[in-house]
Order: sequence, then C-alpha cells, then structure tokens
Amino acid sequence: MTPPVATGALEETGTSPVLALREFHTFGARGARFLYMVPSAGIFRMDDAGCAILDALEAGPLDTDALVDALSDDFDADRILETIEELVEIRAVGHPHAPKEQVPNDLPPADFPLNTMVLNVTNKCNLACTYCYEYGDDKIVDTQYGKQPKFMSDETAEESVEFLLAESKHQPVAHLTFFGGETLLNFPVLQKTVAYARRRAAEEGKRIEFSLTTNATLLKPEIIEWLADNQIGVTISIDGPKQVQDGLRVFHNGKGTYDVVLPKIKDLLAAHRSRPIGARVTLTQKNMDVLQIFRHLTEEVGFWEVGLAPVTTQDKRDYAITPEGKDMMLRQFEELAEEWLECALRDEHHGFSNVRDTIEEIHKGVSKAYGCGAGLGLMGVATDGDVSLCHRFAGSPEHTIGTVTDGVDREKQGRFLVDHHIASKTDCHTCWARPICSGGCYHEAHVQYGTSSHANLHYCTWVRSWTHTCLEIYGTLAEENPTFLERFDA
Amino acid sequence: MKHLKPINQKAARIEAYVAHEAAQAKAEEMDVVGLGGRPPHEENGPHFPLGCSLVFAPGWEVDSQGGTAGLCQPVERDIFDCHLSCFWPAHVPDQLNHAQDWTGKCASAQKDWRKLDLIFP
Repeated sequence: MTPPVATGALEETGTSPVLALREFHTFGARGARFLYMVPSAGIFRMDDAGCAILDALEAGPLDTDALVDALSDDFDADRILETIEELVEIRAVGHPHAPKEQVPNDLPPADFPLNTMVLNVTNKCNLACTYCYEYGDDKIVDTQYGKQPKFMSDETAEESVEFLLAESKHQPVAHLTFFGGETLLNFPVLQKTVAYARRRAAEEGKRIEFSLTTNATLLKPEIIEWLADNQIGVTISIDGPKQVQDGLRVFHNGKGTYDVVLPKIKDLLAAHRSRPIGARVTLTQKNMDVLQIFRHLTEEVGFWEVGLAPVTTQDKRDYAITPEGKDMMLRQFEELAEEWLECALRDEHHGFSNVRDTIEEIHKGVSKAYGCGAGLGLMGVATDGDVSLCHRFAGSPEHTIGTVTDGVDREKQGRFLVDHHIASKTDCHTCWARPICSGGCYHEAHVQYGTSSHANLHYCTWVRSWTHTCLEIYGTLAEENPTFLERFDA
Repeated sequence: MKHLKPINQKAARIEAYVAHEAAQAKAEEMDVVGLGGRPPHEENGPHFPLGCSLVFAPGWEVDSQGGTAGLCQPVERDIFDCHLSCFWPAHVPDQLNHAQDWTGKCASAQKDWRKLDLIFP
C-alpha cells in the first residue's frame, strides 16, 4: 500500500515540462491561422511562433527544451517560452496526460427567466403541405381527434400572457410569438391578446415584443395594417418560386398557393416597414435549389432576410433529404455564405440569415449546455394552455412541463434539463463543434430517434462543415473588416 | 497577451481571466511552494513536510542517502509510516482503545514484525 504517485513526474525528462496539443479546432483566413478553443469557444489568432510551436507538437509530445532547440533557428528562446506560456494559458497546449476539459455539469439556476413564449393560437391549418410535421406522417400530436381545442380561447391567451409576465421574472423585455397551425385563422384572439399584453406589461413596468409566423394566405389590408401599427415581426413560411411552392405548399384540395400568397406578401412588404419581414424556407429532397430559392425570395419578392432549414422527417419519406442531397445543399449554403462575406466586407446587407445567426454566436463565443433554449428560456403553449418544451411539441403530453395557470412543473423541467444537458450526450464529447451545436434540435431528435434527448447524429458532418465555413468567414472579417463585427457586440 | 491575439468576445474574457489569475498568483500567500522552499508562514520556523510523498523516501529501491541497508519493507512501511505520518490511510487496530498493547512485543519492526498479532474485536 503506497500513496498514488503523480504521473506527471514520470513524463518529464530532466526539468523541462513535456507539452502536447490539447483540444481546439484550427481554421485559416487570409493567410492567418486561428484557433477555435474547445470547449471555451474563444478564438485566438496565432503569430508565427505560435504556429511553429503547434506544428512541432503535431507529431507528438515534446519537452520544452526540445521545442526551443527545434525552433531556435527561427525564434529566440524567450519568444518561444513566452508563446508557450500563452498557449498553456489558453489551454491550447498542456501536459500530455492532463485530464480532458470536462463539460461542467451544472444546471441553470432555478429562477432562470422565460424569454420567449410561443403561443399556438390554433392547431388548424388551411394548407396541407406534404412535409408538415404537424399534420403529416411524423406528427406528435393528434390535432384532428386529440383533446386540444382547435382554437385557443381569449381566456387561455390572457392566462398565457400572465404566465409570461410572471415567468420572465426580472427581465424588462419579454417576447411573445404567435404560431399555429395557421396563426391568422385565429386573428380575433391575436388582436385581443396583443392589446391585453401591452396593457398588462405596462402595468408591470415591462415591455413585450411580438412576432408571428404565417403562410400568408390569409393576409388582407386590415390585417397588414394591424401588423404594421403594432410593430409585429412577421415570418412568412414560403418555399420559393412558383413551381417549388406549388409542389409542396398546397391547399387541402391540392391547389398550389403561390399565386394566392405572392400579391399578399408584396402588399405586406410595401406596407409593413416597422419590423424586418423574413422568409422561412423548408428544404426537402424535392426543393433544394437553394440559390434559385434565395434569389427569388430576396430579389424578386423583396424579403429582407431568408432563413433556410432542412425538413424534419424520418429518412423513409420520399421528401427526406438524402446524404447526397445534404452535400449539395451544403455546397449551395457555402456559395451563399461567400456572397454574404463579400457584402459584409463592404459593410452591406445580405439576406442570408443562416450565416448571420452563426456569426453572432461565434462572435460572442457561446458554449452551449443545450442545443437551444427550449424548456428553459423558450416555451410553447398549446391551445388548451399546456406548456411544452417548444411550439413543435405543443400539445404532446410526453413533452408537457406545466400549464399556464399552474406554472412550470419544476421537477419535470429539472429532469428534462438533466437528460438534455450536453454532459449527458456522450456522442458529442469528442466533437469540436459542440460549443455551438450542443447536440442539435430536440424535435429533430424525437422524429429521427424517437427520443428528444438524442444527439442529432445524422447532421454531424453538416454541422461541422457549416461551422468551419462560418469560422473562416469570421476570421476573414476579423482580418479585413473587424468593425463590421462590432454590430454583434451587446 | 503579447503574442496570441484574442479575436472574439469569449477570447477577450479568457485573456482578462488569465491576467487576473496571474495577478493573484503574484501575491505571496497564493504561491505554490516546492519541497525545496518554505511557505511564507513557516519562513521563521521549522518546516515539516509530512508523508512519504513529500520527503524523498522511495522505500523499496534506495533510501534518501542512496543506501540499501535499512530499507523499509512493505509491511512495516504500511504499519509504521503510512498510518502514523502519511495521508494514505493504512488500516491498523485501534491502539487508543481496544488494542493498546498491539505493538508491545515489536521493538524493531524489521526484526519483530511477525510478533504483531491479529486483533479480534
């Protein structure tokens, strides 16, 4: 029986400590090399000596004396030692047997405020889009024969507003998003709820910001005027040019919607200037000409921003995107991202919001414990007032964590937060992109693997490629137009 | 940092943290003291490193002088060094209450360790 011996002592030759590379992801931009630190998400630019040290350690651990010897032709010893010290400080290099950086397994504080509430004001829709997760084969909730009412009542909507005001705790601003079904099918409740929420927020000394998602089929001048007057952010679900839109986004009788929505969207864009209007595109195997869709929606229709996301579905559906399809989609995303960069270098706007969102996260250096804020800072409310993880789970008993009248079931929420924490997703623990991805979307996981806590493994390659592309864009901006990045401060 | 450049907001926070830690470490009381030195609070008094992990007592190969004559043997080492002076918990009978004479017949551990008997509660 003897005391445990510190293994470090065995690794050192003479007195100079042995160093090895630790966890980070390297990317380059305009000839400079950057390290994206994992899991801190800090980004550091290397100088020549830093690059030389990292290159020398690429083949395996070396002791400091050997490192200084090896690089002595190019750099003096002090410079090398100082740089090593800085590399150790940012944890880019360290002892070969130093334990891996552990994901801190601490849960958010119990009084974490609710930031965004998504209100499903109806679960009815006047369209029958083939890929829709709510009505198609992948539905979680039976909206036709289930227990939930088709429309949310005034009373439930008001109780939801009270829930948001209470749960947003000390935050001065809260966000209320209306969702569906087709949101505008319940326009009367929308109007009353906004008026009620404004009055109640003012009484509480708070402010509520509003937004909604709609398929645009029911827009008419009175509604557009109301949206503009009330500064309600609008996201339009639309898939692109006529042949694309009419193939997937159809009425119940199978008729395409393009000719119906286009003039209404143009009216909206012309009249509603108080908030930017964005388009939200669902990509499937049947519509993946990203460039054509993007150009049409920005240049021909006039959207300020366009965000694109692949459809959530099981692989067996004919509209599910194949691996080859994902590659093709990614190449087009990269092409648009390159355009976004060219605009950013000239301080100009480009409407590809997917890049903007990722660049903002990179700039702040977010290192997420959860793929998104669902069940924590964001919650969805079903038509009957049940509170669920997010709007996509609204009405699903399995994913309900409370009601707007009784509040959040803290025990259930606590279990959810433990199960979905990045520390519980062992698949993710060796991935360099985990600070940004953190395992991905719970709904995507539920549809693909049958459980919301599963990492989105079918998107790993995609996420790493896309994050790498965005890191390169970020690096380029840091080199050539750093002031552009200041807009993401705050 | 002189050579690496923090680029994003998180990197700036890391830089600030590292600088803060460095400033803290400069304070004398925070310094890690090697075995060759004395911690500040023992500067004017004796310094007692405890346990075989803190003094050079390798035990089985050579002693601190490089000699091999008086090496501790594993059993005695466990009994008379580990449980008396080391943080490493060696399991021995309760010599305060139930077995006060347990080592009574063991004058020299190297010779007499076989006289240490089993204790039954």
